[in-house]
Amino acid sequence: MKQMQRRQFLGTGVTAAAVAAVAGTGLLRAGNALADNVAGWPAKAFDAKELDAAMTDSVGKTSVPVSSKVSLKAPTIAENGGAVPVTIEVDSPMTADDYIATVWLFVDHNPTPLASQFNFTPACGKAYIQERIKMAKTDNVRVIAKTNKGELMASAPREVKVTIGGCGG
Amino acid sequence: MAETLGNPMIRMPGSAKKGEVIEVRSLIMNPMTTGLAKDKNTGKLIPAHFIQTVTITFNDKPLLDIDWSTAVSANPYLAFKMRADESGTLQMVWKDNSNGSWTATSKITVS
Repeated sequence: MKQMQRRQFLGTGVTAAAVAAVAGTGLLRAGNALADNVAGWPAKAFDAKELDAAMTDSVGKTSVPVSSKVSLKAPTIAENGGAVPVTIEVDSPMTADDYIATVWLFVDHNPTPLASQFNFTPACGKAYIQERIKMAKTDNVRVIAKTNKGELMASAPREVKVTIGGCGG
Repeated sequence: MAETLGNPMIRMPGSAKKGEVIEVRSLIMNPMTTGLAKDKNTGKLIPAHFIQTVTITFNDKPLLDIDWSTAVSANPYLAFKMRADESGTLQMVWKDNSNGSWTATSKITVS
């Protein structure tokens, strides 16, 4: 897989750099956990502070047609914005010739809107994910999916009313 | 504040029919802090500490690769699907931004 190769390749360089950084500042940083991005993690897209920028840096465009094939389930009202359950499912045969390669999950007005990126393989059988996310306030959640042929499709945005924001932790 | 870290868990069927799509559920302990919130006692920013990647393989072949942000809830739960084509071992590796890495495996027999 392309993704794996990129990670493995980057891994060697970043490890060497991290070792050099530790050697240089060993005394200063001795008491702190070393905070470093994992090799291959798409920092630019995850650090983007506006939805348009986050979409440009991940999906590559800011407007994607909505398709009924992309299903996004989330509660209408979430009492705790710290743990909002979301279920993503994209209709696809998931064969070697025709599968969902990537899915992105966004929360429009979170401090950094890109919440997660999923890179599927045909072996998954279904492009399906369930996880829990944080929402700062009442907001729209949306999903963009990309097929192995590069076709993009979006879920309809889903509004979740948040009673207590999830940015305390 | 002492945080529990790691303790990864995988729940999935131990057996399946060939071609069946099974669900895998997982959990790991991690604070998933954003770096934006302040400690209520000291007034200082709590540094971002979160899992950034989950790499899932079956019999050492890539299955699912996930990149996470600080928007994923503390102690992340994750469920996904897998087509059971052969017997073998599912492996999940979680890595955080503080050099933490945790691995869990689960076996399945396919008939």
